[in-house]
Amino acid sequence: MNDDAVALAWSELPDYLGQHVLLSLSAILLGIAISLPLAIAASRSRYLRGPALGFASLVQTIPGLALLALFYPVLLFLSAFTQRTFGFGFRALGFLPALLALTLYSMLPVLRNTITGLEGVDPATKMAARGVGMTAWQSLRLVQLPLAAPVIMAGIRTAAVWVIGTATLSTPVGQTSLGNYIFTGLQTENWVFVLFGCVAAGGLALIIDRLLALMEDSFADRSRPKFVASVLGILAVIGVSLFPLFVSASDGGSKTVVIGNKGFDEQYTLSELMAHRLRAAGYRTKRRDGLGSIVVFSALASGDVDAYVDYSGTVWADDMKRTDMPGRAAVLKQMAAWLKQKHGIGYLGPIGFENAYAFVMPRAKADALHIDTLADLAAYAPRLKIGGDFEIFSRPEWRAVVKTYGLKFASQRVFQPNFMYRAVTGGDVDVISAFSSDGRIAEYKLKILGDPKGALPPYDAVLLVSPERAKDEKFLAALRPLIGSIDLATMQQANLMVDRETDKKTPEQAAAWIEKKLAK
Amino acid sequence: MITLSHLTKTYGDVAVVHDLSLTVEDRAFMVLIGESGSGKTTTLNMINRLIEPNSGQIEIDGADALAADAVALRRQMGFVFQAVGLFPHMTVAENIGITPKLLGWDKRKIATRVDELLTLVRLDPAAYRGRMAGALSGGQQQRVGVARALAAAPKIMLMDEPFGALDPLTRDDLATDYRRIHDQLGLTTVLVTHDMTEALILADRIAVMRDGVMVQIGTPNELLNKPADDFVRHLVETPKRRARLLAEAMASA
Repeated sequence: MNDDAVALAWSELPDYLGQHVLLSLSAILLGIAISLPLAIAASRSRYLRGPALGFASLVQTIPGLALLALFYPVLLFLSAFTQRTFGFGFRALGFLPALLALTLYSMLPVLRNTITGLEGVDPATKMAARGVGMTAWQSLRLVQLPLAAPVIMAGIRTAAVWVIGTATLSTPVGQTSLGNYIFTGLQTENWVFVLFGCVAAGGLALIIDRLLALMEDSFADRSRPKFVASVLGILAVIGVSLFPLFVSASDGGSKTVVIGNKGFDEQYTLSELMAHRLRAAGYRTKRRDGLGSIVVFSALASGDVDAYVDYSGTVWADDMKRTDMPGRAAVLKQMAAWLKQKHGIGYLGPIGFENAYAFVMPRAKADALHIDTLADLAAYAPRLKIGGDFEIFSRPEWRAVVKTYGLKFASQRVFQPNFMYRAVTGGDVDVISAFSSDGRIAEYKLKILGDPKGALPPYDAVLLVSPERAKDEKFLAALRPLIGSIDLATMQQANLMVDRETDKKTPEQAAAWIEKKLAK
Repeated sequence: MITLSHLTKTYGDVAVVHDLSLTVEDRAFMVLIGESGSGKTTTLNMINRLIEPNSGQIEIDGADALAADAVALRRQMGFVFQAVGLFPHMTVAENIGITPKLLGWDKRKIATRVDELLTLVRLDPAAYRGRMAGALSGGQQQRVGVARALAAAPKIMLMDEPFGALDPLTRDDLATDYRRIHDQLGLTTVLVTHDMTEALILADRIAVMRDGVMVQIGTPNELLNKPADDFVRHLVETPKRRARLLAEAMASA
């Protein structure tokens, strides 16, 4: 398909694969460390057995993505608690929530198979173990566990495959994994990336599955060569995967800066633009793609991300919890003060364009109905269908718009952004939520509906840096030229390059295009 | 010497063994006989505390067995049961050497002992020591079972219908082989069976049990000549009755 995309995918592989294997391996080992003793205890006690299996089954019914997401608020709460009580907190994002969720996910098969395996041991054999003078522990170690080993191993194998697959969902909680290919690819419609991520995660799961199957066989046949081969195979996979992590960690890790982004085209392009500038200034850079709004903000505050582009209205409503609307300039000023005082976050300035929430509909239809503004829309809304992205309908902006203009639609549906545009041009929905910097608004002949009562807050793109980097003058100097440098037309054009169906560019190419334009 | 005094074992309201007292002299071959549910296996299992009695005393050579460590107690007694229970993931040699291993013997001493025991139970050490336990016939398995029980040179052997699951030829072979071993090593054996022929052939003394109670104890001759009641008479006459039935069947054939 696209040679650049393939080359880029390969270049990310060492990091993504390494992180994926490190995460999966840790989760499986921790899962075994918890499940095995629990299963042994449960096989001896009916009272423990029911609740243990019930809990593990319940965890299994929670969708993987939801389970991972659930750990963020839980850890955030715990961290605030330990901070208050013991004076230290921990990170609620990234490795820890992913590890805990995957550990829980790995428990059921290990638990179930260990209990089944231990119960499958012939009672006569257990009687003999007591008869020859074994203690309960010796009977377990010398007789019951060895005899149950093939069944237990089958459970571990199932757990490993589940964990490796589910680990791809840890990208949105800020943990790098092979899922980065899939999430980034889906957002930018880079199908090479999506396919690459699927093949890599699937291939890894398949290889580990075969090696663990060999180990399972070695227990069943009591074959030492098979056992040695499987152990060497697994160690080889782990070694090869983790090697790049240690290499990159050992050579000047302190100079590696992390650029975050929120997982849509404009954000990829801008983060690449920032990374490019920082590389030119001699920094080693790393991108953390596709983070959620709240995730990326906390990551910046805690220093896990060094810089990213946010929007003034988002910080205003989501982080500052403000509902009043003092005007564009006042929002920026108050926001900058709040960021510095509350989190020590450095505010570098506005980039030059606004990416506001807007409601758009096909120009032809809007003109036919004489709809220019949200106020005009109110009368027609009960007969119209609205589509939105994953966030809009649960955001305060939507509540403000509904309240201000008294909007009530015939139906509302959520879409992945790219599909949302297809839905509105195809007539599946009549109105969609959009972002003003989106190049597709002009491309698809959509009309932005006015907001005469000022219900929607301003959304200036602003460059934020972590508390630590706010003191790094060289770092700030590398990014400062971007302030006030990109106008709305430029950003719309860059976004369109990445979004459009034909002659599609990667965010890296769009960033290079902006860079070239700035140089003129 | 094994002394059981007033042993009682109940499950819920049911006493499976009730106020049982019994003495087994050193080097004696005691057979406990009775029907299913008579409490004979429970009695045997209480001697090495695989089952704990509700009340009563157990003394081994004058020492209170109930006050001793149960695991240590089991290591100084051999235990053989009908299901054999060889460890299928271990070789014949590993099975036989398990108790010595638990007792911390060194490897060379265990290996020598294993070969000695295989010879004693009439299995060729070279051919059998490396075989997996699961790959043996029933008779071979129980020979290994006997060897395993003898491994740590116990003075006392507890046997629960050890030959019950074997075919008749193998059973008789193994039974006479075991009686020889018992005499040769000067063992004290308590054997549970429901087969009166086996009891009469093997035992020095026989204890008859019924519904958890010991009905009579004596030498085979005493039981044959002076049965305590009709139940005991019926039981000890079983072999003769079967011989008569056999003779009649042969005559009419």
